[in-house]
Amino acid sequence: MSILVNKDTRVLVQGITGREGGFQTERCIEYGTKVIAGVTPGRGGETAFGVPVFDTVADAVRERGPIDCSLIFVPAPGAADAVLEAAASQIKVIVCITEGIPTLDMVTVKRALRGSGLTLIGPNCPGVIAPGECRVGIMPGSVFSRGGIGVVSRSGTLVYEAVDQLTRLGIGQSTCVGVGGDPIIGTTQREVIEMFNADPETKAIVLIGEIGGVAEQEAAEYIRASVRKPVIAFIAGSTAPPGRRMGHAGAIIAGNTGTAAAKKEALAAAGAVICDSPAEIGATTARVLRERGLL
Amino acid sequence: MKVHEFQAKELLARYGVPVPHGRVATSASEARQVAAELGVPTVVKAQIHAGGRGKGGGIKLASTPDAAEAAARQVIGMTLVTPQTGPEGRLVRRVLLEEQTAIARELYLAVLIDSSGGGPVIMGSAAGGMEIEEVAAAHPEAIHRVAVDPAAGFQPFEGRELAFALGLGGELLRPAVALIAGLYRLFVEKDCSLAEVNPLVVTQDGRLVALDAKLNFDDNAAFRHADIVALRDVEEEDALEVRAQSEGINNYVKLDGDIGCIVNGAGLAMATMDAIKLAGGEPANFLDIGTVNDPARVVNALGIITADANVKAILVNIFGGMARVDVIAQGVVDAQKQLRADVPIVARLAGTNLEEGLKLLSDAGVRVEMAADLGEAARKAVAAVKA
Repeated sequence: MSILVNKDTRVLVQGITGREGGFQTERCIEYGTKVIAGVTPGRGGETAFGVPVFDTVADAVRERGPIDCSLIFVPAPGAADAVLEAAASQIKVIVCITEGIPTLDMVTVKRALRGSGLTLIGPNCPGVIAPGECRVGIMPGSVFSRGGIGVVSRSGTLVYEAVDQLTRLGIGQSTCVGVGGDPIIGTTQREVIEMFNADPETKAIVLIGEIGGVAEQEAAEYIRASVRKPVIAFIAGSTAPPGRRMGHAGAIIAGNTGTAAAKKEALAAAGAVICDSPAEIGATTARVLRERGLL
Repeated sequence: MKVHEFQAKELLARYGVPVPHGRVATSASEARQVAAELGVPTVVKAQIHAGGRGKGGGIKLASTPDAAEAAARQVIGMTLVTPQTGPEGRLVRRVLLEEQTAIARELYLAVLIDSSGGGPVIMGSAAGGMEIEEVAAAHPEAIHRVAVDPAAGFQPFEGRELAFALGLGGELLRPAVALIAGLYRLFVEKDCSLAEVNPLVVTQDGRLVALDAKLNFDDNAAFRHADIVALRDVEEEDALEVRAQSEGINNYVKLDGDIGCIVNGAGLAMATMDAIKLAGGEPANFLDIGTVNDPARVVNALGIITADANVKAILVNIFGGMARVDVIAQGVVDAQKQLRADVPIVARLAGTNLEEGLKLLSDAGVRVEMAADLGEAARKAVAAVKA
């Protein structure tokens, strides 16, 4: 079993007629994702890639029946609005790919979703993939393979890097989730690890963090208290200078908080196996699996 | 985005936060004029986008307009080195002249985003003037935090709680709550990422004054704040970083090493720097080239990297998902024609349209050392620098 999405997930794409949204929708459909509706205000009644397009999310739900997941490509100034529109229709899993959303817009979204029971993944993320079943995002599908590793990462390209290493070693993945590189995100690494911990298919967890904030330390607290599955962790940005934003809005060392060293220390203390080199995430995972009799 | 202290104080004043009387000057003679107009002893403060200015000799006291002119003459044009500027320092182009303030107490006040809490927090400490990280490390109990509910917005009781915790009761209570409310409103209305008053002082005659201030703004919200964007001072930024931005490469950060990096994705770009370091080398930059659908972007990126005189080798690490390898390869081919880049290039290419990309490189006879994976790429780049 995967987490968040699977072969039956009925997906809506918000921003389906945009360049990015259109290109990625096609890749999702090729992968086998059940894209059943699209939304672009003012383009209702058209079809895109064989998928009916609606003016509003409410229209899409009314016409197409239950929708389990919305994938959002709406440009940054309107992206928070798009998330709240999906939430208003009670779409259970909302995946927002958009990069560059103002932080205070996300503060509003996060507050509005509190207690709603809905799950937002992202923004500024590569999405979610259940290998072989469902791709809700922008990742290159060919590098993924099905198996027992749950992968959670703030970065998109580091998911591809880590998964490529795993797949080459014959180690498949249950689900891979990019939680996003912004300071305020819908679902944290800790929350995804909770889902992996409860998922019987997931035998081990690869956590890919980076500098900035304390999300990895919060994940470490949970791992120490509740996770008995092996956790392999890499933290990007050991060489990043303090006070500089490294691409992701959330990837900045402020004062002496948010350093890679502090995150590695917390995760190691929680029982995770720390991988210092980004080139050895796959090899380290293979070694840990063998040691625990899982490979 | 950062702004100067004098710009931050102008904004604070507009939001009802009291600041010392003062004005900025760009020459010694203008400084004299400002000091004469103020008619009181002044403090002359270098305006650069870095803290710790006092330690580097960038803040001077002047009791007369003559002394203010002399101080400004010393400070304007100096290369100010502070713990935050790095050893190369920063050229001072202007000074802020302000009335001197008789200080009774120094406090710390800031509004910032708490990622874990999911919203803004107001932080206050009775230990002003110190870096807040030092206070947090030494006396965490001395920091008072108020998490504002973004749905309700700032409430006066939150200001009162903080004011009492900071010892700002009695006559100071009402002005303290108004000041905190103003700082919070500024933070929200202008999309700040940090609004910091350090120190916030109680004067000997019982007033609250923001003696120093730092405002940082959310770059993602720049599209709705033309007034803030107009405050940008590109002379305070690294010249290569400014050039990169003007050429559409928003995620370039110059570092001190000698291996230039071009990578797609922020996480992979950081990881590539880490791999170089683990292999015994030093990265010259962080560069996330993003989703490339135009070879010119690669040419621009290579141009910026080779404009850094320290760069002795280049590592191109592309994991093509959204980015296509053939587009990257075409960019490398074009760059070698146009830029005569004579530094060796090591490339690790994977993902979408890999075969087409490799063919483009070999057809053009471009000398690129290929690497099979990230670890090998880092080792080869380090070897190329040491050769």
